[in-house]
Amino acid sequence: METAINAHQETHHDLHRDDHASKLGMWLFIFTEILLFGGLFVVYSVYRTKHHVAFHLAHEELSIAMGLINTIILLVSSATVAMSITAIQRGNKKHAMYFVAATILLALVFLINKYFEWGAKFEHGMYPGSDLMQMLSNGDMLFFSLYFFMTGLHGLHIVVGMTLLIITLVKIKKDLVRSDKYALLENSGLYWHLVDLIWIFLFPLFYLIH
Amino acid sequence: MENNHLPNYLEYRGKYKGLLGWLTTTDHKRIGLMYMYAMMTFFLAGAVIGLLMRLELIAPGKQLVEAQTYNAFFTLHGLTMIFLFVIPGVGAVFGNFALPIMLGAKDVSFPRLNLFSWYLYILGAIIVLTSQFMGDGPPDTGWTFYAPYSLKTQTNVVAAVLGAFVLGFSSILTGLNFITTMHRLRAPGMGWRRMPIFAWTLYATGWIQLLATPIIGITLSMIAAERLLGIGFFDPAIGGDPVLYQHLFWIYSHPAVYIMILPAMGVISEIIPTFSRKPLFGYDALIISSMAIAFVGYFVWGHHMFTSGMATSSRWIFSFLTFLVALPSAVKVFNWTATLYKGSIHLKTPFWWAMGFIFVFMIGGFSGLVVGSVATDIHVHDTYFVVGHFHYIVFGGTGFAFFAAMHYWWPKIFGKIYNQRIANIGLLIFFIGFNILYFPMFVVGLLGMPRRYYDYLPQFTSENVISTVGSWIMITGLIIILVNLFRSKKATGKEVDNPWNGPTLEWTTQSPPIVENFEEIPVVTHGPYEFK
Amino acid sequence: MSNDNSSHISGYKDHLFVLAILITFTVITVAITSVELNAFNTVAALLIATCKAAIVLLYFMHLKFDNKIYLLMTIFVIVILGAVIGVTLFDYLDQ
Repeated sequence: METAINAHQETHHDLHRDDHASKLGMWLFIFTEILLFGGLFVVYSVYRTKHHVAFHLAHEELSIAMGLINTIILLVSSATVAMSITAIQRGNKKHAMYFVAATILLALVFLINKYFEWGAKFEHGMYPGSDLMQMLSNGDMLFFSLYFFMTGLHGLHIVVGMTLLIITLVKIKKDLVRSDKYALLENSGLYWHLVDLIWIFLFPLFYLIH
Repeated sequence: MENNHLPNYLEYRGKYKGLLGWLTTTDHKRIGLMYMYAMMTFFLAGAVIGLLMRLELIAPGKQLVEAQTYNAFFTLHGLTMIFLFVIPGVGAVFGNFALPIMLGAKDVSFPRLNLFSWYLYILGAIIVLTSQFMGDGPPDTGWTFYAPYSLKTQTNVVAAVLGAFVLGFSSILTGLNFITTMHRLRAPGMGWRRMPIFAWTLYATGWIQLLATPIIGITLSMIAAERLLGIGFFDPAIGGDPVLYQHLFWIYSHPAVYIMILPAMGVISEIIPTFSRKPLFGYDALIISSMAIAFVGYFVWGHHMFTSGMATSSRWIFSFLTFLVALPSAVKVFNWTATLYKGSIHLKTPFWWAMGFIFVFMIGGFSGLVVGSVATDIHVHDTYFVVGHFHYIVFGGTGFAFFAAMHYWWPKIFGKIYNQRIANIGLLIFFIGFNILYFPMFVVGLLGMPRRYYDYLPQFTSENVISTVGSWIMITGLIIILVNLFRSKKATGKEVDNPWNGPTLEWTTQSPPIVENFEEIPVVTHGPYEFK
Repeated sequence: MSNDNSSHISGYKDHLFVLAILITFTVITVAITSVELNAFNTVAALLIATCKAAIVLLYFMHLKFDNKIYLLMTIFVIVILGAVIGVTLFDYLDQ
């Protein structure tokens, strides 16, 4: 009974379905996200110019190893979500599900790493609004304000991306996403790549450059 | 054209009836109307605040309220008028209503997202309103929320910026929807260069909404974060740069004025050919100038900051680009004028509104040259000259175009016709009041009266009195206009289906249109401004 | 409107190859920035990041194989962002 109802709802929606519109819509949304983080990159570049010594010193308090591991994790997750699309295009439901699940898991590991990274800072009294942070020198304070704000906002987008992928995974299982109807997977993948793109820039700007 | 068997979009009964039917609608026409009702309410509220401000300013010293309240007044007046009226303005109301029909489509690409945009708009408005009543009082920072004061003031800044953030999201999603609609849903035979100019202006506007709004979103988030979490971005005490806040604020807020004006210019570009019974002159030039305004307008924001301490060379560049962006606007005025030339002019209400628009918009534009030039701006920045400038160009521009659009599309939207004589009288009184209200501001600004001041020196009194009287005349005209529209009468047939002999696709449908606009998607065989 | 998607399907191997390149670039970035090269550090790191981003956009996000309009729009957006950052920075470099 349930499958029959699903099929009916599906057909009705499919009459009006426009995959190209969905993709265009997702790209347009991605552009807004690029500008959203872009505003923060404006702030970063201005304050780096004004306080380059302080930024240099401050960056040494971040663990390059952690940053590197997280970067690799996100790069791999981009590959897995791309491979899930290959799988669904070829009609391989099992592979598609495995790859999406892998992406979600990698995202989770990223968040756990972030938790430890931030946790270490918090334990040293370094968190937004803390006394220690208030007492930092100007350039230092700006670096860490930007660090928490930008990586925090990025983390929020990881959660959004994960949610999209979990929904997609469930729908693949129910055959609502399949080889002739996979816009949801493709667009969730695009969103996920965006999250990776942002980190590709965050990593050198906070962890590496001096 | 009469469809006796298909209900029009106003009478249509879907899954839900009555109010719920409207609140769950995905019909772009109903959504456009819901924006209109909400927007008119907010506009009138903002106008009342404006009238109160003018009452306070009728003489030096206290008349009605204390200074703190006055500061809250101009903040709320700005927030309401800008975020709740002119930015969504013409696009959300008339773009929603007319765009799909003009394209020969049944709706926008994402109808449910469209409804969601409306809910975001209402939510944002509610949040901004609650900021007036909660906590430690309504914000007194001005709608610009400049740091560091916005970081320090005890008033409800966080709620206000949160509201603005939500409103920004509504704007972004609308732009996204319109752009996709134009890429995907043009009727067969309607190439890009057969789209009406109104559609083109909405296209350019959509890109600005997409690419500029996120910047204000993130900037206001930083203000909120700095207030709530104590992380420093703009507080000079911790190395932050308040001028950077101004940069970020205006990187959005200048393109925002093009969000306000481009659809307005689009409306004028529809009205003038219709009432000249002549194709629009320079169709391509109007497309290119719309895109040019959107693009160049992205890089002139510094002209709001000439006295802020920016580098000198920066100021030259912004000033130069500002003069550059005036050119495509002028091109549009020339094109409209050339359309009128040797046309068969029909002096109807929408046409008078269009003429009024051109008059006040040009005054606003010329005064823009004064503020756009660094040497003169130094003297008039933060004076009433600027207040006069932007009211002429924003209220005169977007406001006039909004009312022009209302009078142009009213028969199509409601299937009713209004009394034109009264509409014209109302417009005349409104127009006279408008100029009496705002022109003295140029004078008193040049004489040195600062803006956002609760009090002023006695030598500025006479201009202020004139201005306040002007506000009463203007509001009288406005009331006549709105009551006249409200009392419009139902009609049928050509009188209401195509009263103006408009050439674009929306005039081929019945008034009010059926739910899916067309029984059959039309096939387009010619450009948008062909007259027989 | 047709819902047929682009005929190009990237294989697993294609994606893994791209991943290998991205990881290589990442390692190079870390290596370069660990050497003290002053201003060139920033330039090098940002240059490599840009290459990585381009690869993600072109291959993972399929811009190379999709309708050209997406690529054009993306380039346009990046240009606008770059210009905004540049114009703002210009004010600060001159002070």
